[in-house]
Amino acid sequence: MLYFLLASGFSLIYGVGRIANLAHGTFYMLGAYVGFTVAHVAHSFWLALVAAPLAGAALGWLVERLLLRRLHGRELDQVLLTVGIAFMLGDIIRAIWGADIRSTLPPASLSALVPIFGIQYPAYHLFVIAVGAVVFAAVQFALRSPLGARVRAVSSDPQIAVSLGVPVQTVRSATFAFSVGLAAFGGAIAGPLIALGPGFDLTMMLYALIVVVVGGLGSVAGALVGAIIVAVVDGFGTLQFPQFATFLIFALMVIVLSFRPQGLLGKRG
Amino acid sequence: MVEVDHMSITRRDFLKAGIAVGAAGLLPQSYARRAMAKDVLKIGVILPASGVYTQLGIDIANGMRLYFDEVHNKAGGREIVLINQDESTDPSVAVSKATKLIESDKVDLLTGIVATPSAYAIRDLVTTAQVPLVVANAGGNALTRSRKSPYIWRAGFTAWQFANPLGTWTANNMSKQVYMIAADYAYGRESAQGFKDAYTAAGGKVIDELYPPLGSPDFSAYIAKIAAAKPDVLFGFLAGTDGTIFLRQFQQFGLSKYVRLAVIGDMVEENTLSQVGDAALGAHSTLHWALLLKTPENTRFVQDYQFRFGGDPSVYSLRGFDAARVIVEALNKLDGDMSNKTNVIEAFTSVKFESPRGPFSFDPVTHNIVQYVYLREAVLTATGVHNKVVSNLGLIRDPG
Repeated sequence: MLYFLLASGFSLIYGVGRIANLAHGTFYMLGAYVGFTVAHVAHSFWLALVAAPLAGAALGWLVERLLLRRLHGRELDQVLLTVGIAFMLGDIIRAIWGADIRSTLPPASLSALVPIFGIQYPAYHLFVIAVGAVVFAAVQFALRSPLGARVRAVSSDPQIAVSLGVPVQTVRSATFAFSVGLAAFGGAIAGPLIALGPGFDLTMMLYALIVVVVGGLGSVAGALVGAIIVAVVDGFGTLQFPQFATFLIFALMVIVLSFRPQGLLGKRG
Repeated sequence: MVEVDHMSITRRDFLKAGIAVGAAGLLPQSYARRAMAKDVLKIGVILPASGVYTQLGIDIANGMRLYFDEVHNKAGGREIVLINQDESTDPSVAVSKATKLIESDKVDLLTGIVATPSAYAIRDLVTTAQVPLVVANAGGNALTRSRKSPYIWRAGFTAWQFANPLGTWTANNMSKQVYMIAADYAYGRESAQGFKDAYTAAGGKVIDELYPPLGSPDFSAYIAKIAAAKPDVLFGFLAGTDGTIFLRQFQQFGLSKYVRLAVIGDMVEENTLSQVGDAALGAHSTLHWALLLKTPENTRFVQDYQFRFGGDPSVYSLRGFDAARVIVEALNKLDGDMSNKTNVIEAFTSVKFESPRGPFSFDPVTHNIVQYVYLREAVLTATGVHNKVVSNLGLIRDPG
């Protein structure tokens, strides 16, 4: 589920704006750190879950408005720009939070063990699964709404969309801000399950890319399918062949790329 | 026709001559003074400034700076100049940095090195160039065993020094059955091996061993295996993000309630405890230091560090502090003269002092530190979870 929350925003913005946002992992990490601080300072994990996506969305809006928009149409340049942002933001995060390894405490209400199918499972893990499902449903529903129709119009044919009166620029900015907010939300939710440290944004970016390649770029459903497959393969790998677990995920990616380059649920082009 | 005043010309000439003589007299003296003044001591410091070990690099550098400032930045009468390079997490980068320091910066000696693979990578370079290396942190056994070098001194520890005593103590004091988990790289594997050898020699039985790759983001598969075996005690070595994530999940899946931890100290050091808190409560660990260790040197070290840097020192700060002291003590013995390599080796090898961790000396054959190793327990104090020293396992010398 963490992989889904991480990858869905990336897939979404690629589908809509044709922007491969390689700073996505770094925004995810920013959300995790903001979540960590808010939870620590305000003693409220729930507040952190609200603050992180808002911070992310605000930053995303700024980035799109001030930086990405100038490079509209030049996809390679946009990708390079996001790489630069990733490095800069990574260093800024390190300057603010330090290089020491941090971990967020899960909220007390979700720290218990829940008996499920005969095993004791941590409540927080179940919570994350539930949240992922809700987000997936919400995004799919939103895409079918009138607002979503505008988003889909911009993604399939911007020129026609303009002629139909769709505010293309605004839709792009809003979608980008939403995608970054989603990444930040994913990071904040992941906080209690992972450890925050330097370089973790690049690890996450790599996983996001694998999930998206397997599931299909541009498709949120693809992100979900890809996330589940990658998680299962990873889990199976660590249990059976720990030394080859990482290799297995990459092998999966290579296989999918050879037989279905657009990913399992991806659209061509 | 200008009247020439012979007196004034004579006075001017005399003055000119006088100045010329005086300058001539001064020149040889200034050359002599320069020849007597000592060259600065250039020390190449290779520590991580990026990646997951960054904080370790910062702590070690702080510890070094604290000691160098204490001796007014002089060693053997020479002023200390530090040239810092980023070790990164890639051994080949460490090699290129070391090469640059030796060949273009012409450093007199090297220090630092956090990661074992990086230490192994630069071993040959340093030995061929005959540049002394004082290793602050890297703990892989081979560096002072099969790959030892006359020019490498280890001021930190070996995997064996922490793992072996832990194995014996755990078998005698905790349980005769253990499950093991260690990070899959040289240092993790050596720790596990050192523990296992001592543990089985003391009559213990190992149920199973797990070796997750470094940098794993999730340990639930491993936790499930451990839970299924229901062991009494778990031996562990996982550091950095691995340790933090593992301990969190260890607690989240409820294992912390019935599985006791017997781990290598770095896994439950103060910085990790501050993040995972009661997940590691009750964990027994071996290490050559503890924040709360009561020696006069340690009390002073902790106070000075807190005053200078505004926070507690970590075991990495301590390692940097001692590495700096080794360099200063050796250079003082040599009176700053590093021209005779035999004297240099003798000076470094014979360094002995009271460190905050206890007595510090080198084994003359392996050049590895001989030191006390302490058995600690993570307990709840007024200021949170900290490691309390439970017993001193004695002076531990790596067999080589």
